[in-house]
Amino acid sequence: MAFKQITSPHAHAAQNTSKVMQLVLWATVPGLAALTIQFGWGSLINVVLAVVTAVACEAAILKLRKRPVAFYLQDYSAVVTAVLLGLALPPLAAWWVVVVGSMFSIIIAKQLYGGLGYNPFNPAMVGYVVLLISFPIQMTTWITPLSLLPDGVSHPGIIESLGIVFSGYSPADGVTGATPLDVFKHSSGLVVDQIYESNPLFSQAAFAGVGWEWVNLGFLAGGIVLLATRIFTWHGPVAMLAAIAMMSLLFWDGGSSESPGSPLMHLFSGASMMGAFFILTDPVSSAVSNRGRLIYGALIGVLVYIIRAWGNYPDAVAFAVLIANFAAPFIDNYTLPRTYGHTDRRRATEKEED
Amino acid sequence: MRSTWVTPGGVHPPENKHQSLTMPIGSLPIPEKLLVPLSQHIGAPAKACVKVGAKVLKGQKIAEATGAVSVPMHAPTSGTVTAIEDRPIAHSSGMSAPCIEITSDGKDTWIDHKGVADFEHASPQALTKTIADAGIAGMGGAGFPSAIKLSPGHRRPINTLIINATECEPYITADDSAIRERAAEIITGIGILSHILGNPVNILIGIEDNKPEAIAALEPHVADTGISVVSFPTKYPSGGEKQLIYILTGKELPSGQLPADAGMVCINIGTTYAIKRAVVNGEPLISRVTTMTGNACGINRNYETLIGTPVSHMLAHSEFNEHACSRLVMGGPMMGFSLTSAEVPIVKTTNCILAPSYSEIPDDEPAQACIRCGMCAEACPASLLPQQLFWYSQAEDHDRLEAHNLFDCIECGACSYVCPSNIPLVQYYRHSKGEILKAREEKVKSDHARERFEFHQQRMEQAEKDKEAKRAARREAAEKAKATVAANAGTAKEGTGPAPGSAADIIAAAQARAAAKQVSPEEQQAKFERSIAGAEMRVQMATDKLVETNAKQTEDQKNILNAALEGAKQKLEQAQARLAEHVKKHSEQVK
Repeated sequence: MAFKQITSPHAHAAQNTSKVMQLVLWATVPGLAALTIQFGWGSLINVVLAVVTAVACEAAILKLRKRPVAFYLQDYSAVVTAVLLGLALPPLAAWWVVVVGSMFSIIIAKQLYGGLGYNPFNPAMVGYVVLLISFPIQMTTWITPLSLLPDGVSHPGIIESLGIVFSGYSPADGVTGATPLDVFKHSSGLVVDQIYESNPLFSQAAFAGVGWEWVNLGFLAGGIVLLATRIFTWHGPVAMLAAIAMMSLLFWDGGSSESPGSPLMHLFSGASMMGAFFILTDPVSSAVSNRGRLIYGALIGVLVYIIRAWGNYPDAVAFAVLIANFAAPFIDNYTLPRTYGHTDRRRATEKEED
Repeated sequence: MRSTWVTPGGVHPPENKHQSLTMPIGSLPIPEKLLVPLSQHIGAPAKACVKVGAKVLKGQKIAEATGAVSVPMHAPTSGTVTAIEDRPIAHSSGMSAPCIEITSDGKDTWIDHKGVADFEHASPQALTKTIADAGIAGMGGAGFPSAIKLSPGHRRPINTLIINATECEPYITADDSAIRERAAEIITGIGILSHILGNPVNILIGIEDNKPEAIAALEPHVADTGISVVSFPTKYPSGGEKQLIYILTGKELPSGQLPADAGMVCINIGTTYAIKRAVVNGEPLISRVTTMTGNACGINRNYETLIGTPVSHMLAHSEFNEHACSRLVMGGPMMGFSLTSAEVPIVKTTNCILAPSYSEIPDDEPAQACIRCGMCAEACPASLLPQQLFWYSQAEDHDRLEAHNLFDCIECGACSYVCPSNIPLVQYYRHSKGEILKAREEKVKSDHARERFEFHQQRMEQAEKDKEAKRAARREAAEKAKATVAANAGTAKEGTGPAPGSAADIIAAAQARAAAKQVSPEEQQAKFERSIAGAEMRVQMATDKLVETNAKQTEDQKNILNAALEGAKQKLEQAQARLAEHVKKHSEQVK
């Protein structure tokens, strides 16, 4: 009788990477649904287009790199990157914006570094930033939320949306508009109460900003599902949201004309929730230890607020995440957990224990 | 109820313990041949003390302990020693090692043996010796000689005795079933341990709460004994020594220290039964409870198994279906190792043979990329960062691995268990540990060589300095002598001659000294002639030796002798040349 020689442990949990990725995909559904309800078919088209492009690019590069294509595609990581990018892009963006972004994410930011697990930067955010810098107009044109559409105007239907995306028609007047963060960026001179009264984005909002509050709630719901299923730990997301809340509370300023906005507005605007639960939780490019992830998340939160309040861009999750990606290995060096039987935490760089 | 502490990390794999608990501990027919490996424990292998062909009785010592850390081996049944040779043994690498094969005579006749019923009146030293002589080594898995654990020495008083009944690995029920059926004897065994260790204040039986029957079996026996049965929530790997100590005492064992350093002794509960049998019944360790389980076997149960029983014998009596078996594991599914052959024997540390079906434990899926999801870090009971260790293990970055406390990894496999990318993490750590230990050994060696070299250098320098000092001393002495000579000359020719210490005087004095020091030419010649005689003799000896050995020696040796002869000849020539030169010089001088 001869038997296989296999290393221990012999038992394995039923979890696997493609299941993890698929769960992340499912968790984006509430956010995607909110985006679609509030801003029309654009986000869904973005997502589909990005997925097709990303999977095609991933397959092509794997082929070039002589890797088993089907095996690597099964991990769903390219799909996740594409979905996140598609969700981050403005609805009804031209098709080539989505395609260029997805290609850049997969080919440059992921595969050139060695594929899944080796990319130092969040691929979706690299793609997003490249687009933001290259095509600022396309990237800052947002759709008006459903409830603020002028009378008689509605979001374009699926066919019309496809037409806009693929042939470059501009959406009808009144369909595009500013985001809550844009409003705060460009309304210097008004105290917060005036902004809240004058702008329907706020005056008709439930608690943060019309449309966006629902989108952020959607991503929050998905994020809580992922937390509950232990796909990631709470450290990163909570640290980021806490940092944003603290910063906006600190600089709230009683709502003067200099105030960059309330904590609630910042937490539920732009990509706050999506960033907290779907972007900075990308484990590959983040810090590794729980303590490291606390610092990493807080750093992103602070950076997001700083750029929103005093930078040139209305939202800043992508920049903040990329900067924190740079810092992740550094954070890792100083945030090793205390091992059983040791009195102190060690540094990753130390040669001998004290 | 005592409070317990919660370790970080840990996993909850399916327990799969019920299958083997449906029947009481059974016994197998005595196998035709038993194979007793000489090394079943941590430490030096035992040394066979019987010869092939010897008749042995059950319980007779067949191998002696060697050195301080070792245990003897005993015949598991009566019969004949039919081989003492290397055989495949149960080892993760599938290696062979020296074994004693005993062919059973089927009679299972015990050797005369006698225990001590009133162990309370025996000295701890005598009891420890009994345990050592019974060949008892930790039966929980590591196989550390128990007698050594029980002799922590005066400088390490023991205040806590921990009995490990955790049995946290899935499938294994050897301890569980032993407790259910043998609780009284186990408690006696613990009493013996307590007596040996000077009655520690705390005696704790640590057991997971998934063994209510075992706990219930222990409870009536511990009443009024000072022994506490402490149950705690089931979580793998609570049975690791370090983990159990923390769970029961809230104390962490400092890295690199032994429990005894912290005043604790940790003994597996199966071992306490063996200790009871050794002390009270006088029986050496020749059998143990082993769980036979897995869906590839029709019968799942525990057997009282003779040490040396081939695994195949066990399988044959358990309705084993080879084709259904995905792998054969000795130990549990978390830390057990796969066996490539079923001919290997059960040893003192074998608590389980697991023969799972393909649906139970399928073949491993190919490893995917590590996405640093951190599930491993959440599962690690030692609070390590397995994902970073994996990274640095691949990069062979030993400094970083050590900074990340690789050596605190207990190889429990919780990280690999949860890894969604199916990466065999533990295998990487084992490899890296091996590499680092090898590098350390080499460093010790090279440090040693360097020290030797440096010492040599130092010695040479010192010798040179000493010589220099001697030269300086001689110079000084010469100066002094010169001054004295000059002074004497000055006194003699006072007023008329040149000033004391004039050049002519100095030269004259020096020549006189040189002449006095130099041997006469005749002596010199005699010396040269002596050395020529010596050289000639050596040449003669070398020639003789060469002639004498020419016939029988190998080519190499001839070459060596030839070279020696050649060397001697050269020395002779040199001596002759020097003599010739001397004679020539001298005759010239004379002229």
